[in-house]
Amino acid sequence: MTDLFIFASATAELAENVLPLGITEGGAWLLRNAWIIPLIPALSFVGILFFGKRMPRQGAELGVAAIGIAFVLAVLTGAAWMDHRDNYHGDEVTQAVIAVDHGDAADHGEGHAPEHPSLAVSNTMTWFQVGGMTISVGVLVDGLAVMMLFVVTLVSLLVHIYSTDYVGGDRRYTHYFAFLSLFSASMLTLVISENTLQLLVAWELVGVCSFALIGHWWEEKPNSDAAMKAFLTNRVGDMGLLVGITVLFFSVGSALPDAFGSFSIATTNTLANSGLLSHTALLVSATCLMAAVMSKSGQFFLHTWLPDAMAGPTPVSALIHAATMVVAGVFMIARLYGVFFEGFSIGGSSINLMAVVGGLTTLVGASLAFVQRDIKKVLAYSTISQLGYMVLALGVGAWTAAVFHLFTHAFFKACLFLGSGSVAHAVHSFDMKSDMGGMRKAMPHTYRTFVIGSIALAGLPPLAGFWSKDEILAGTGGWGLFGGTGGNGAYTGMLIMGMVTAALTAAYMTRVIYLTFFGEFRGHGEIHESGPRIVVPLWILAGLAMVAGLFNLPPGFQLVPESMQERFGHYVEPAAAYFPGISHASPSWSLAIFSTLVVMAGAGSAYWYYFIKVEAAAKASGQSLTELSNGPTSRWPLAKMGHNLLENKYYLDHLYTGIIAEGTKGPLARAVYRFNQQVIDRTVDKVGETAVVSGQFVYDKIDQLLVDGAVNTSGRLASEAGGELRKIQSGKVQSYAAILFAAATVLAGILIVIV
Amino acid sequence: MFLNQFLLLSVALFAIGVYGVLARRNGVMVLMSIELILNAVNINLVSFAAFTENLAGEVFALFVIAVAAAEVGVGLAMIMLLYRNRRNIDLTELDLMKG
Amino acid sequence: MNLLAQVNDFNPLLSSEVVVAQNIAFTILAAIMLVSAVRLVTTRNVVHAALYLVLVLAGAAGIFILLGAEFVGVTQIMVYIGAIVVLFLFGIMLTRGALGTEEEGNKEPRLMASLVAGLLVVVMGGALIDTFGDAELLRSAPSTTADISDSIFSQYIVPFEATSVLLLAALIGAIVVARKD
Repeated sequence: MTDLFIFASATAELAENVLPLGITEGGAWLLRNAWIIPLIPALSFVGILFFGKRMPRQGAELGVAAIGIAFVLAVLTGAAWMDHRDNYHGDEVTQAVIAVDHGDAADHGEGHAPEHPSLAVSNTMTWFQVGGMTISVGVLVDGLAVMMLFVVTLVSLLVHIYSTDYVGGDRRYTHYFAFLSLFSASMLTLVISENTLQLLVAWELVGVCSFALIGHWWEEKPNSDAAMKAFLTNRVGDMGLLVGITVLFFSVGSALPDAFGSFSIATTNTLANSGLLSHTALLVSATCLMAAVMSKSGQFFLHTWLPDAMAGPTPVSALIHAATMVVAGVFMIARLYGVFFEGFSIGGSSINLMAVVGGLTTLVGASLAFVQRDIKKVLAYSTISQLGYMVLALGVGAWTAAVFHLFTHAFFKACLFLGSGSVAHAVHSFDMKSDMGGMRKAMPHTYRTFVIGSIALAGLPPLAGFWSKDEILAGTGGWGLFGGTGGNGAYTGMLIMGMVTAALTAAYMTRVIYLTFFGEFRGHGEIHESGPRIVVPLWILAGLAMVAGLFNLPPGFQLVPESMQERFGHYVEPAAAYFPGISHASPSWSLAIFSTLVVMAGAGSAYWYYFIKVEAAAKASGQSLTELSNGPTSRWPLAKMGHNLLENKYYLDHLYTGIIAEGTKGPLARAVYRFNQQVIDRTVDKVGETAVVSGQFVYDKIDQLLVDGAVNTSGRLASEAGGELRKIQSGKVQSYAAILFAAATVLAGILIVIV
Repeated sequence: MFLNQFLLLSVALFAIGVYGVLARRNGVMVLMSIELILNAVNINLVSFAAFTENLAGEVFALFVIAVAAAEVGVGLAMIMLLYRNRRNIDLTELDLMKG
Repeated sequence: MNLLAQVNDFNPLLSSEVVVAQNIAFTILAAIMLVSAVRLVTTRNVVHAALYLVLVLAGAAGIFILLGAEFVGVTQIMVYIGAIVVLFLFGIMLTRGALGTEEEGNKEPRLMASLVAGLLVVVMGGALIDTFGDAELLRSAPSTTADISDSIFSQYIVPFEATSVLLLAALIGAIVVARKD
């Protein structure tokens, strides 16, 4: 620390530069005080915790009311932001930095400075002071934050309403709503965090809520196991977050004249963009932060917790494990994009860690979704796959496309999850193969909304998923067939991965729809459509899944006036110093048509298999079938092997528990065992052998008693030594205390003698 | 007066207390021996307070007395529980951790 | 303390007669305490042990007063002898019959305990003699209750409040542990 102080004061004498940060301290009251939005659910958490049980509806009404108010405020904040984005001309906050003769600093910083910056609103106060450092807490409100506020409050509100029916009568109903409130509060805090430390706190809080809600029915062992797995896997990534933030903190400090570090997101991003931070530091921190993204956002190969997390109640899966918490990782990349953009050198290359992780994840998730029997697990793997899409998009520099996909995905995936919950509510099971089928007649609303959500997910025009997915594909810049689409580099590999995933997505969603809603009912009992508190949120989400894509029609889309094009990008994408200068891909008609054809091919082949072949086989055999008895997996060994690979989830869980965990546990045990076998046993063996051999050899010459005595003595000695050692483990507290006191005294004596 | 006469008294009391804790089997006796140890500490604190003419030692002696009261309360409650469950307060019979 | 100050303002507490009296008082108190403490940890009768404890505690109170810490001494008498020993007597009464007298026999723990205690005395005593040698303890005036209260309620207010919370927690804990349910 002292060294750093000296360093900071010494460098303060150097010439200083002033960098604009792209933020302002002015702006509308609602924007400066966005912290009220998370405060309301936080208060509701406390209220439900203390008074929930005594309320007429056991606290649910308080939770719904709080999140409702938060939603209204979020909408108003959004309106205020739109006005601010277009009309605000206030003062920009600047940061004094050490001038470095950095060769390329100029073309980093000044080169992309937008002419009319849209300043983010920042409002901070001192959190605590330590060692001359002031750590602040506050809000950083820009388009991204406002968009997240809207999505989180809206999905959370719908999930709250849905839950009053779905979880109704549960033994921990009040507790459930308390945690939903706490989760909403933490997630809202996360999205408006002004600095990385605050982000870390909120990040951990949402993890805790996720843990508590996955394990909501903890009486059953698999549920509490799943909660533990989610929590522990996330801890792995959290280490990365901690290290990454720390590296960034000191790295930023090296460029500041008056402090040895800073957690501020705006400062960090601006310095990274202006090239004042060392590339190595940025690469290291971006890689560490990537580990956090991989665990929180379920990226390959830390995704294994997410399917298990489906053990929680379905509304929780919709809210936390589809729409909001799991996108925290994506949000974090989007938030610290300057760091990632520079750290991974996204612009102008054709491969980087983030794009590869995203691409692999999207393929792995989509392929695993094929072999699941559990409807929620299909959706979980689908979520992994779509999160991979977002990370891929960020990895190729298509920031707006990624954030837009986050936006649309939240609606259609929440819709699908809530729809699956509605189905499961009716049949009391999540197993598609044994308990579902033919449910479209009994549950028309669920069926229709589920199909709308599926089409949106698969990405057929004009539903939401099509627009965002197409933007991502265009953003890869790899569409070389017709002259490319621009973008930040030629990520052709990523384009192919995205294309394959699009076909797979369409196919597995067709499979789910067939298994759930078509064929004959395979479950037991009467099934009914769910009540209005379930159906209404479904329809709202389905409606959004239909129209959300229209918020960001591509530029140059000739069918609508120019003022309606790219609204989302205009309001959400920051155009300020804290955001890197990315180049935008131009949309391509040929790519859009091709990707639609790919999607239709995927859906068509699944349709052919399930709706035609399986249906015909079912008719022929007179019972409801879920697959062909002589399907490809039974005919072709290669297909069978592939199926096995998928059934075992690419053997990742085996790798973690079997090889890595056992591998660290095993060698230790083996080493001890080997020591036991080879050193101790062998010594004893040798003593014994020698005794026997010499006994036989000199039997006549040496008195037998002598040999016997030696052997007996060695045996007795060993036994006595063991017995003596065993006495230490007497279990008696007082003898332990005696050893403790004696050892402490001896140690103290040694210290006194030495010092 | 020498500082050491107080400190050595405190050492002696401390050692006697440790002996009691380690040798006695009766739970109540062990608690009383702990009181001896705490008193030894108090004497130490107060003698240093007098030696350095600093009130901190005396204030902390007061805190130790308060904490000792709390400790005796909880300790006796535990012994009562032990007695109720086993009709016996012999600590040597509590060897559930025996290896 | 500065030597000049002692010479200049004569303090009756430091006069030689007083110091001799203090030493005599200390010797008596220390002898009583040590004998009682030894009897306390060796007696077979638990009630006797509690009464020996009273003697040790009273001796400690005397030592505190001798050291000029009057408030601590008085608190010692009130809290320890007044409350804690009574608590012990209640505890003994309620668990009566359980190991009222310890049987003879296993000498091993005692031997081990004496060894540990002896080791402690040697190490700690040696360290003290080595460090403080014959440092004089010369107190010019006893500390007043007002000084202590000023100290507690300004400098040590946080530990004080923490202690009160601890007492409350111990109170609740003792009730929860000991109640019949």
